[in-house]
Amino acid sequence: MYAQMVETGVKSVRSVDDLSGPDRIFQERVDAGIRIEPQDWMPEAYRKTLVRQISQHAHSEVVGMLPEGNWLTRAPSLKRKAILLAKVQDEAGHGLYLYSAAETLGVSRDELIDALHAGKAKYSSIFNYPTLTWADIGMIGWLVDGAAIINQIPLCRCSYGPYARVMVRVCKEESFHQRQGYDLLIQLCREGNQSQKDMAQEALNRWWWPALMMFGPPDQDSPNSAQSMQWRIKLFSNDELRQKFVDQTVPQAEYLGLTIPDPDLKWNEETGHYEFGEIDWSEFYEVLKGNGPCNRDRLQTRVRAHEEGAWVREAMAAYAQKQAQRAAA
Amino acid sequence: MSRSTWPLWEVFVRSQHGLAHKHVGSLHAPDAEMAINNARDVYTRRNEGVSLWVVKAADIVASSPADKGPLFDPADSKVYRHPTFFPMPDEIKM
Repeated sequence: MYAQMVETGVKSVRSVDDLSGPDRIFQERVDAGIRIEPQDWMPEAYRKTLVRQISQHAHSEVVGMLPEGNWLTRAPSLKRKAILLAKVQDEAGHGLYLYSAAETLGVSRDELIDALHAGKAKYSSIFNYPTLTWADIGMIGWLVDGAAIINQIPLCRCSYGPYARVMVRVCKEESFHQRQGYDLLIQLCREGNQSQKDMAQEALNRWWWPALMMFGPPDQDSPNSAQSMQWRIKLFSNDELRQKFVDQTVPQAEYLGLTIPDPDLKWNEETGHYEFGEIDWSEFYEVLKGNGPCNRDRLQTRVRAHEEGAWVREAMAAYAQKQAQRAAA
Repeated sequence: MSRSTWPLWEVFVRSQHGLAHKHVGSLHAPDAEMAINNARDVYTRRNEGVSLWVVKAADIVASSPADKGPLFDPADSKVYRHPTFFPMPDEIKM
């Protein structure tokens, strides 16, 4: 989901009985729940799919620091500022763990970052939206991190060892992310004045649908899902995860006294799930194409940070070299 | 040394209550001091440890997964290395 629409490069999924040789042995291991590690043989398409997925996930973490970083200087109290700093710092750490996991697949950090800066690599659609008010910070923690948790917990059991292990660490840290956002909203909505409640409602109106889009297109429009699921990279379908998110979040909105901006949202007693309205997928595809509110700004900021930070990297390398020469002398 | 040639370091952390360092992940850094500092920033944000080791990945020798069988199977037939192989009489505390 932080990785949306990851291409597998495979036209049709072959069942294990149709496979032979190393492909079959590989698939049997995956089916048996045996983890694939970096030194193990793997189909080239599996390797490429994982490089795309893990790097997209890593890019999302790092770009995701920007909408929240926007409010660091304007957090309403020192406590909230320290909390937000800790969260943004965590996201940098998550990016690092994920780039490290991607590197086990034979690709370098520099290649991945160059692809991001050249606009060739994707990252989650959600980070192309602006944070217009302090309540947006609450929405990101509650909804965006909430959606991420639903996606990331199954990934802890995915077939590729390094990725699964990264997810275990990320999930431990992610629950603080969701709680700090919801705690912020409890304060605005249950202890705040009317204009604070209105600010929260207005923020929900803007973040709800983009959060649902985080799970990717509906199953019938997700041609890559079948192969990812056979390889046990993906364990649940987009629609299953999206439904889980809605079911868990509606009562949380009710507690805050907020109204989810969906007139078709309705509890279905028979299915035991909430029905919800049609998502406007044209917005999702436009944002992925580069036409969301902040795409250009996000990329420019990342490129500028990389270029302006070059002197730090150069200084570190020069110092290390000087120390090594002194030690050798 | 350009950034693309910064060595890869594996990071090991020993927790306050732990007896051994545990592998927690990896990072790139140009030298040992930066590796320790960055490992502290990335892997011990929540009091995970009281001691850090960073080891250049190139210095680690690992057994090959393909050799797992022959390398480890001598132990399979030596169950008498476990104390439970020797039941003791009830009246003996051992």
